[in-house]
Amino acid sequence: MRFATFGRRLAPAAALAAGLLAVPAWADGEMTVAMQLEPPHLDPTSAAAGAIDSVLYSNVFEGLTRFMGDGSVVPGLAESWEISDDGLVYTFKLHDGVTFHDGTTMDAEDVKFSLDRARAEDSANAQKALFTGISDVAVIDPQTVRVTLSEPNGSFLFNMAWGDAVIVAPESIEGIKQMPIGTGAFKFTEWVQGDRIVLDKNPDYWGTPAVLDKATFKFISDPTAAFAAMMAEDIDVFTGFPAPENLPQFEADDRFQVLVGSTEGETILAMNNKRAPFDDIRVREAVAHAIDRQAIIDGAMFGYGTPIGTHFAPHNPAYVDLTGLSEYDPEKSRALLAEAGHPDGFTTTLHLPPPSYARRGGEIVAAQLAEVGIKAEIINVEWAQWLETVFKGKDFGLTIVSHTEPMDIGIYARPDYYFQYDNPDFQALMKTLDETTDPGKRTELLQQAQRIIAEDYVNGYLFQLAALTVAKAGVRGLWANAPTQATDLTAVSWAE
Amino acid sequence: MTRSLILGAVLSSLVVLAALTSFVWTPYDHAAMNIPDKLQPPGAAHWFGTDHFGRDLFSMIMVGARTSIAVALVAVGIGMGLGVPLGLMAAARKGGWIDEVIMRGNDLVFAFPSLVIAILITAVLGAGAVNAIIAIGIFNIPVFARITRGAALSLWEREFILAARVAGKSDARISAEHILPNVTNLLIVQGTIQFSLGILAEAGLSYVGLGAQPPTPSWGRMLADAQTMVSFAPHLALIPGLAIIVTVLGLNLMGDGLRDWLDPRLRVARA
Repeated sequence: MRFATFGRRLAPAAALAAGLLAVPAWADGEMTVAMQLEPPHLDPTSAAAGAIDSVLYSNVFEGLTRFMGDGSVVPGLAESWEISDDGLVYTFKLHDGVTFHDGTTMDAEDVKFSLDRARAEDSANAQKALFTGISDVAVIDPQTVRVTLSEPNGSFLFNMAWGDAVIVAPESIEGIKQMPIGTGAFKFTEWVQGDRIVLDKNPDYWGTPAVLDKATFKFISDPTAAFAAMMAEDIDVFTGFPAPENLPQFEADDRFQVLVGSTEGETILAMNNKRAPFDDIRVREAVAHAIDRQAIIDGAMFGYGTPIGTHFAPHNPAYVDLTGLSEYDPEKSRALLAEAGHPDGFTTTLHLPPPSYARRGGEIVAAQLAEVGIKAEIINVEWAQWLETVFKGKDFGLTIVSHTEPMDIGIYARPDYYFQYDNPDFQALMKTLDETTDPGKRTELLQQAQRIIAEDYVNGYLFQLAALTVAKAGVRGLWANAPTQATDLTAVSWAE
Repeated sequence: MTRSLILGAVLSSLVVLAALTSFVWTPYDHAAMNIPDKLQPPGAAHWFGTDHFGRDLFSMIMVGARTSIAVALVAVGIGMGLGVPLGLMAAARKGGWIDEVIMRGNDLVFAFPSLVIAILITAVLGAGAVNAIIAIGIFNIPVFARITRGAALSLWEREFILAARVAGKSDARISAEHILPNVTNLLIVQGTIQFSLGILAEAGLSYVGLGAQPPTPSWGRMLADAQTMVSFAPHLALIPGLAIIVTVLGLNLMGDGLRDWLDPRLRVARA
């Protein structure tokens, strides 16, 4: 589970100091990239923290397949693959001459080690579901590995592109949290905790080498400090810029460029489907109709964001626009509440994690709900508290959060998931989807799934979070979109 | 009456007036969002402009004054209500174990910076106006205890107290009937000062998100919300900032003025 975590007012002093001390990196071949959250450690295969992937995905660690900036899945360490007719056996042919940064060879044994480690009983992998379908991993020869699935899985190659499925080596796994050793175009050099992570170009990279010689990641959580550091040109690139209200100033300034793309972040007003009164579909529908999405996008995100009507990314070809089902209609909302036995509304809680989409969006949502008589008491929480109370404890009425994982509609098939939606039809549909490999059929099933959760008004679907990147004008090759949490620098360069 | 007393009283009553008026009238509903109308600079329609949700800043400042005053007033009330009796007790038992316990307890609370204590308390109890009141109230207790004890100690040496003792009055009655009335002036002055510190503390707590929770407007949170918008909507930060300055300045001037006015020794010195 991963959420877009641009927080506000976290350690502003430290962040400001970090921003001010940054050395300008105009030097050719060097780039300073800033983001809000610092990774807790550096092993992408054993933590849910998206910040790890934001630094290391594709730069340091690679998987069998990988995501491109447009969201497509292309070969990574696997040069090619064959899929058996029954869809159960994947035979991957690995690239020749790939070495880890410590000089050891990357071969089929490492792939077997990585996948077996991820799917093991005691695995600490945050996305074990990606690997549960694997029944066997066999080494055919150093360049060939055969993965057998227990049942066909149409998204297996997609799953293998995740940051949680990168290939690691048994030789270096011990110290991976502090000293990540991968196969990527950059190698890890240094981590000064609380300040920066430095990556250097890997001269022995097996593929197209990186253009940059050195990349420094900085962590600035405070939006005001982020703005100041960018304006002072201490930072070359800021990915996931936390203050959308400041973007027009960067756009108007020749020194900078602003990239606005899409993320996989469905921002939702989650409702506790097992707790009264949200166990009543009429109440959930009433909440959905009480929400004016455009006002939230304009008010909280200063216009950046795309309205959604279901839990699915609008840029995905399989997306169905279902916003009409939950149109802003306070009259209808009041009528539904009356019908459900709450003519005077009711009182509930609204837990808000730190990012501004939640804090600001939450204030607007609370005001809109008040219009129809629902009194939502705002409770601002830090992430740790949110995970404890809402996500694990399920002790909430309403909450706002952005689900940033790609293609995560499957969470609705998990009745123990925090919003506790339990619909056997939907669960059966997801199972069928997993077993379907035909792209046309899959699209159809995905659209059906989107409709079911929209018509069940499981959650209030607000907007797709925009990917906001501010960079110096001379930076080329950045991803505008964020199909996964990553800052892929392998093709990034300074303009001539 | 000194000039500072008059100026302070005028500024303070301005704020109190705004807070009281907000119960019956504000130009707009302070919580009504009108997003197309957001970030308006001060003008005829909105005297102080609008915030990032299109809410009327003037109305928010008025209701925010209410929040500030309510929190600070109750907190000072707690501080006085508990601190003064403790101080009187300590003075009546000067040198005894009660005195020791009370004064060492005071030192303990005093040893920590007050705002840090307040942040700690609200972080433990949870954010909200009530917990902010408790937090600010707690660090007000030793202030009043100490000042009461100090003043009471010298009174205990005076002849009229001796007379009361000879007449057979208990220490508790003497404290209540003779000591307390004679330290009231001092307490009023200190109360005014503590009240202004309470306003500042409330603003500080809500600035870091531990004070009154939205949608209740609070000056500190308005400042925090304005932080990323200062460069293009400076009024969002300037106006709540000025509101805090005016209130604190007013109360401090009034406190100073009251001290000069109420303290007979200073009055003599001036004359």
